[in-house]
Amino acid sequence: MTDQEILAGLAEIIDEIAGVPADEVTPEKNFVEDLDIDSLSMVEIAVAAQDKFGVEIPDEQLKDLKTVQDVVNFVSKNS
Amino acid sequence: MIGSRVLAFGGYQPDKVITNDDLAAIVDTNDEWIRSRVGIVSRRVAGPDETITDMAEAAGAKAIAASGLSPASIDLVIVATCSTDVPIPNVAASVAHRLGIGAPGAYDLNAACAGFCYGLAAASDSVRAGSARHALVIGAERMTNWLDWNDRSTCIIFADGAGAAVVGPTADGEPAGIGPVVWGSAGDQADKITIPPGTQFLRQDGQAVFRWATTAMHSVAVEACTRAGVSPADLSAFIPHQANLRIIEGIARKLGVPRERVADDIVHSGNTSSASIPLALSRMAEQGRLQPGTPALLLGFGAGLSYAAQVITVP
Repeated sequence: MTDQEILAGLAEIIDEIAGVPADEVTPEKNFVEDLDIDSLSMVEIAVAAQDKFGVEIPDEQLKDLKTVQDVVNFVSKNS
Repeated sequence: MIGSRVLAFGGYQPDKVITNDDLAAIVDTNDEWIRSRVGIVSRRVAGPDETITDMAEAAGAKAIAASGLSPASIDLVIVATCSTDVPIPNVAASVAHRLGIGAPGAYDLNAACAGFCYGLAAASDSVRAGSARHALVIGAERMTNWLDWNDRSTCIIFADGAGAAVVGPTADGEPAGIGPVVWGSAGDQADKITIPPGTQFLRQDGQAVFRWATTAMHSVAVEACTRAGVSPADLSAFIPHQANLRIIEGIARKLGVPRERVADDIVHSGNTSSASIPLALSRMAEQGRLQPGTPALLLGFGAGLSYAAQVITVP
């Protein structure tokens, strides 16, 4: 899976869970500060990402993933 | 073999209302934060002298009255509770006595927030096996017995109340009204919701529980539907444990049940553990949101961790 494909899949998930339009989900965006996504939504996004990409993002790692690019990198590295 | 069905529901909530602003006055939190994280606007708490037995009795009396049965025809009373201040005597026998139910089988069970669904399964199986003719199942909690009002991660969530259902046999030829229970546990995560030994306060790892509920409960819900021969799309109502509105919405979204069919009693009741499902059922019935004869899915989950789900036919 390319980083572009992961980003597109992640944008779909974020749209469904947090109602953020997919075109606003760009790599440099910070989840909390730019996209107004809280810690519980992050857990839901992690769970959905596991279903979609087959990569588990444990709570301990999740708290360090601050930007969209961080999640793309994590999925890319662990898939 | 005899089938079983739910004949009626009843709920009881204490009078005292605690709003989010009331909580903000005693602990570092605020209305917006509570609404957005857990979806609760206000909750009910028991009066100083109001006991679990009192609340269980009130809910049980309503359910019996709605069933049209006389108390004497009930021969099994099960009380699901996890918040009694003392373990002896049990709640069930006292409640039965107060309600004028003569010498029934009476026991308490603890499956925490899944307790009502466990009790309903036990009652259903007892009726089907011939161990009981009519059973009263009550979920009753005084969670405030165990709340630390300085812990903003728990005191904003939990509340008090009771809900009840009367279970009886189906008429000849009538299809079963309580589907097979799908139940289980995850004892490897027992430490996620505890009252640490030697303390008086409930503690929970909210994020871990949130993850577990939004991950694992979907397949439990689907299996309960499958075993009852019902598609999730055909459910007229979905009544998950009222733990957190975000969990409720997450499970409902995955299951594809439209929001108007999903119980949201938590908004004004808080999380009443084993009482939340029968309370939410009673509320939906009062609001005209339940259609008799249609399938409704119940899903309980919580400390243990433990869970149980079944499809019932709305009485």
